[in-house]
Amino acid sequence: MLGKTAGGLYWMFRYLERSENAARLVDAGFRIALTHSSVAEDEWKSIISTVGEKTAFAERHDSYTSGTVVDFLLRDTSHPGSIMSMIEAARTNARLVRTALTREVWEATNECYMVLRSLLEKPVDDRDLPFVLRTIRQQSALVRGALHGTMLRNEIFNFARLGTFIERAGSTARILDVKYYVLLPSVSFVGAPLDNVQWETILRSVSAATAYRQVHGGDPTAPLIADFLIFDRRMPRSLAFCHSKTVSNLAYLAAEYGVRSPSLDRAENIGVRMGEQTIDSVFEQGLHQFIQDFIHENNALGYTIEQDFRFNG
Amino acid sequence: METDSRFFDEMMGDGTARRAPYAEYGAWLDGEDTQRLHRMSGEAEAFFRRTGITFNVYGEAAATERLIPFDVVPRIIAGREWDRLVKGIDQRVRAINAFLHDIYHRREIIRAGRIPEHLISRNEAYLPQMAGFSPPGNIYTHIVGTDLVRTGPDEFFVLEDNARTPSGVSYMLENRETMLQLFPELFTRIPVKRVQSYPATLHRALSASAPAAARGAPVVAILTPGIHNSAYYEHSFLADQMGVYLVEGSDLRIVNGRVAMRTTRGYTPIDVLYRRIDDDFLDPMTFNPDSLLGVPGIMDIYRAGGITLTNAPGTGIADDKAIYSYMPEIVEFYTGEPAKLKNVETYRCSEPDALAYVLENLSELVVKEVHGSGGYGMLVGPAASKAELEAFEAKLRKRPSNYIAQPTLALSTVPILSEKGLAPRHVDLRPYVIVSPKGIEVTPGGLTRVALKEGSLVVNSSQGGGTKDTWVLED
Repeated sequence: MLGKTAGGLYWMFRYLERSENAARLVDAGFRIALTHSSVAEDEWKSIISTVGEKTAFAERHDSYTSGTVVDFLLRDTSHPGSIMSMIEAARTNARLVRTALTREVWEATNECYMVLRSLLEKPVDDRDLPFVLRTIRQQSALVRGALHGTMLRNEIFNFARLGTFIERAGSTARILDVKYYVLLPSVSFVGAPLDNVQWETILRSVSAATAYRQVHGGDPTAPLIADFLIFDRRMPRSLAFCHSKTVSNLAYLAAEYGVRSPSLDRAENIGVRMGEQTIDSVFEQGLHQFIQDFIHENNALGYTIEQDFRFNG
Repeated sequence: METDSRFFDEMMGDGTARRAPYAEYGAWLDGEDTQRLHRMSGEAEAFFRRTGITFNVYGEAAATERLIPFDVVPRIIAGREWDRLVKGIDQRVRAINAFLHDIYHRREIIRAGRIPEHLISRNEAYLPQMAGFSPPGNIYTHIVGTDLVRTGPDEFFVLEDNARTPSGVSYMLENRETMLQLFPELFTRIPVKRVQSYPATLHRALSASAPAAARGAPVVAILTPGIHNSAYYEHSFLADQMGVYLVEGSDLRIVNGRVAMRTTRGYTPIDVLYRRIDDDFLDPMTFNPDSLLGVPGIMDIYRAGGITLTNAPGTGIADDKAIYSYMPEIVEFYTGEPAKLKNVETYRCSEPDALAYVLENLSELVVKEVHGSGGYGMLVGPAASKAELEAFEAKLRKRPSNYIAQPTLALSTVPILSEKGLAPRHVDLRPYVIVSPKGIEVTPGGLTRVALKEGSLVVNSSQGGGTKDTWVLED
């Protein structure tokens, strides 16, 4: 297939994943704003830094409130980090790779764009926000459903999935990066109710509250949450899960093409280093450093994939 | 429905009773209520939006995507009528390919004095780079969209030949798909010929035109100017339906004497390139040096037999409007028989007598730019204001050779579903023709364009026209 097409698929699914993650963050932030308005501003601020949009936000707004952050992340198309901008970018990539998609996947993507465009045409009122966020999640679920239900499991599918998992791994890692201080043992000893809210927020922002309860019961502790989000391979947004998927997508391409790509080597190396660690050793060496290293490696891997498969010539 | 006696209505004929091709459809229509038809019309629009069958309008913001309005009343042609059209189209397209070969080789038609030499050598669409070169199978135009208009039961005229890059075939296919979804019962009642084999036929024809350098199953690709082009939907649709690559200039480069595309595994040669960009942009080394859409050096590879380009560069000279006026002579010269399809009488404003006549009768004529298309830059005399006529007269006097004029034709009408029920509107017809070394195929159907505004004769989508599904019946 064309390098440009592979790149279009990869980015289409990166944007879709990124927009879904942004919707989750807004959802988690809104929860806090409803229950603890005193800490809401900090929470909105941390969400903006999680999505890496501090500068763009500061250029447009003076204060971190539900109104400004929600508008900025949902519907402000003057910067590329809003959900509307990302859905538009995903759709543009889908048009670019239209020949690689089934009619169902294309139509789901196009419909997602049309529904969101009319939904986000005007500023979203607080009372409509839950409905709007639910619709965003449903629309992206429809695209994913069409992908899984109708696409051949070939190189096209693997490039789509590579985009998904590189993006998702980065997103979970950034959430951990911004919130790592909440998970530090020294802080968790404080045991104040605030911390529980923070943990819940972390779990909610990766849609893992239920999954966590099923695995660890109802009493979250910092090391268990960190372990769950980093090492638990059953958890579809954990670093280990995303990473193992990336490896298997790259391994598929290596088998299909009969050539091992440098990106597969790089991905496997990340896996080896993660395999040597436990949550205890991570805390020992420093959670923050570990996450920073992972983010760096993940970005480098994304870049290598673009080179290996000639996305841009 | 009220018809206008000045125009032939294809459903109602002279207004007394439905014509035979519409008998079955009419019987169905009598049992329908207009509200349901309006609802179906709304569903058609939703279908087009969801599918993304849109076009970009030049001059508007890049992000504007518009729908071409679709009318749910089909245009129906009897099998017998169609067969006659096909014979005429086949003859005309054969003549065009022979003409193109001739003017790029021995130029017998000029030696025979049938057309003036300057019309060729001073024509912008003439490419000296093609002189003496024979494309595979001597086919210059593989994909043609002959524009026809009708003025009476047996009166068809060719309006334009569209031999370089006809567009709109995706609408022929999607309009049918829409009708099948909205009114499946009609297709069990009425024997309508299928159009759906067009992509497979085109793929076969393109593969059959592969150059000598091709090894194994030919690799076919469509070259698009990109996602912002007004016809991008069609380019991706055709690539998807044929299962071929959709490439842009930036995907291509010359590797080992072949035109190759950048794939995830490296560069792979292309055998046949169905290009949807104009000659001028094809090769910055040969033509427009500023073009970023094409491939530097592709013309050299083409001339060396490393790739087939469809349609061939330099084909545009055959659908030049000044050449058009000579088509009856051209058809007769190469086929040895009189043209089966009529030309519209055409005044070449470059000729002083013709110019004088045109200036005298401007308010009754249609005047077009020789190289124009899409309904831009044209004057419809009877519909123009005094000021518009005066402004156009000035342009004509300044550059007469840039224009041709034709009588205003009484275009046939077909009913559309208007807000007030069925109402007649003017239509034209673009059948799609595929030429391969094995012969010429005309898909039974085509694109019917319809002027949605009452009384308007301009059917172009860029000027507010819509489309209809076109049915050819099995007799």
